[in-house]
Amino acid sequence: MAGERTFGSPGAQPEPIIRVHDLQVGFKDRLVLKGLDLDVYRGEILGFVGPSGQGKSVLTRTILGLIPKRAGTIEVFGQDVDALSVPERRAMEQRWGVLFQQGALFSALTVRQNVQVPMREYLTLSDRLLDELAMLKIEMVGLKPDAADKLPSELSGGMIKRAALARALSLDPEILFLDEPTSGLDPIGAGEFDELIATLQKTLGLTVFMVTHDLDSLYTVCDRVAALGDGHVIARGPIEEMLASDHPWVRSYFHGKRARAVMGTAAA
Amino acid sequence: MQREMTADRPRAESERSGDGFRAWLSGRWTVENAADVEREIGGLVASAGDAGHVVLDLSALDRLDTLGAWVLDRTRHEFGANGVAADFVGAKPEHRILLNEVAYRGFQPEPVKRSATFMDIMADTGETVVRAGRDFAAGISTLGEMVTAFVRVCVIPGRFRFASVTNQIEQIGFRGVPIIVLISFLVGCIVAQQGIFQLQRFGAQAFVVNLVGVLVLRELGVLLTSIMVAGRSGSAFTAEIGSMKMREEIDALRVMGLDPVEVLLVPRVLALVISLPILSFLSSMAALLGGGLVAWIYGGIPPEAFLVQLKNAIAVNTFMVGVIKAPFMALVIGVIAAIEGVAVEGSAESLGHHVTAAVVKSIFMVIVLDGFFAVFFAALRY
Repeated sequence: MAGERTFGSPGAQPEPIIRVHDLQVGFKDRLVLKGLDLDVYRGEILGFVGPSGQGKSVLTRTILGLIPKRAGTIEVFGQDVDALSVPERRAMEQRWGVLFQQGALFSALTVRQNVQVPMREYLTLSDRLLDELAMLKIEMVGLKPDAADKLPSELSGGMIKRAALARALSLDPEILFLDEPTSGLDPIGAGEFDELIATLQKTLGLTVFMVTHDLDSLYTVCDRVAALGDGHVIARGPIEEMLASDHPWVRSYFHGKRARAVMGTAAA
Repeated sequence: MQREMTADRPRAESERSGDGFRAWLSGRWTVENAADVEREIGGLVASAGDAGHVVLDLSALDRLDTLGAWVLDRTRHEFGANGVAADFVGAKPEHRILLNEVAYRGFQPEPVKRSATFMDIMADTGETVVRAGRDFAAGISTLGEMVTAFVRVCVIPGRFRFASVTNQIEQIGFRGVPIIVLISFLVGCIVAQQGIFQLQRFGAQAFVVNLVGVLVLRELGVLLTSIMVAGRSGSAFTAEIGSMKMREEIDALRVMGLDPVEVLLVPRVLALVISLPILSFLSSMAALLGGGLVAWIYGGIPPEAFLVQLKNAIAVNTFMVGVIKAPFMALVIGVIAAIEGVAVEGSAESLGHHVTAAVVKSIFMVIVLDGFFAVFFAALRY
């Protein structure tokens, strides 16, 4: 495939849903993101890779408004996040869902209650529909119904990821942020999770921003990949372009021993 | 804002022709219009009445998400369950996928907790009694473990964590000095002022020195200190151990062959046992100072007279009664904080619950223990 892929209706110009321009984020005297530019297009799954400790999570958290930025602009849904009033900001937050690396489920609530938290907060629903929707999301992410009434401390790592995804999906968001969704899952579980994300993206028309280290995920579900290095995006594009990149880190990442093994199986 | 647009709210227009019923759905059947979705579908079911065949035309549907799809498929299913044939027509491909994805199925409702008030009270009472018994047993066993670990550390002094103990003494003792001294000083002032105020009616205001001296040295100093330490350090102790347990740090110690009791509990409890007598001594001195100051300013008893009277009122045993109690108070606070810390489970709520329990239980036990000591010393005439 050559050049940028188009998403949505064929032939249409891809519409950026998240637009990060010249973003600078730092802690104390250390600048982590040094003028980063990144566009995420509506309907795509973007994989975001980079060495550990280079600020992949920092970017996600800055877009989400959890870390203050020093300079630059962030536009989500075509709106500058700095220019939003508090109610507009709240409305925007309902349109994205976040899967944190550790799940971040509320430990005092059951899985069902966790999924219902945003619904109760923002929607007026009958109790019956509230229950049914929570169960629907729980089943959609591949959890058994009996997991619904368990507490997060009673769940395995994979189940926590799934439950957290169900919560992230509870308001049918347009953008889904995933922070290392498959880390800590076994390969089969990780593969299922990838498939789940791809299915959800197709059926719900989601845009997915995925921070990941999982080469399988990058090959199988990501439409585009962006690589972070030294505070900038050093390479971006479909996986084929990444393979052709001659940046040393990108080369060693996609042509390392582990990458070749994955490619071998993908080609077979 | 897209979300706040109500122009596209979900609508259903329907037409009845003989046995058939046809509805045209339009607008956004999505989560932000949830209340409208429920209302429209309710109206639709009502207006379908006893029709034998229902067709839902989705061709004009603007947007659909899992909520809309679920409600639509549920409605179709419910028509079917009542013997009414219901079909979707004209669904766009992406809506069709979504309808298949949600595919209605029954869910078992959330289990309802039955409640029988009387039985609940009985069960709660029983549970509390059993738990209190377990707490006591756990206390004895934790104390035993600590003593064993302590003896082990004494036998092999290389394993004694000197740095950890001094660090804890700094946290518990040194950093606690200002607040404990301040509170004791103020309480000493108040006791002296009240004493003078009440005693001057009998012309016995000189005896305020005896009152302050005996009360502070025997009871108040150690009690105030213990309560403050339970609140300051007991809670910190439980929270530290509890969050370490939540994050599997205690398991990590165990698999490295380190005994958590020896590494975590012994230094802390030892630091408590060393710090508390010192703190309670400082507390007593601060309270005496406060009492003396008020006696001088408010009661007109000059410092020299105060000291002479104090010397007559108290003896070494008065001071010793307070100091002897302090290490036992420390042990009670430490053991309770350790038990509660180890009992923390996975949730943040559990951590909060156990920290509260540690403070409440140790303050209660400190006061109970003080009562026992009062009886004990009275019996000894000490």
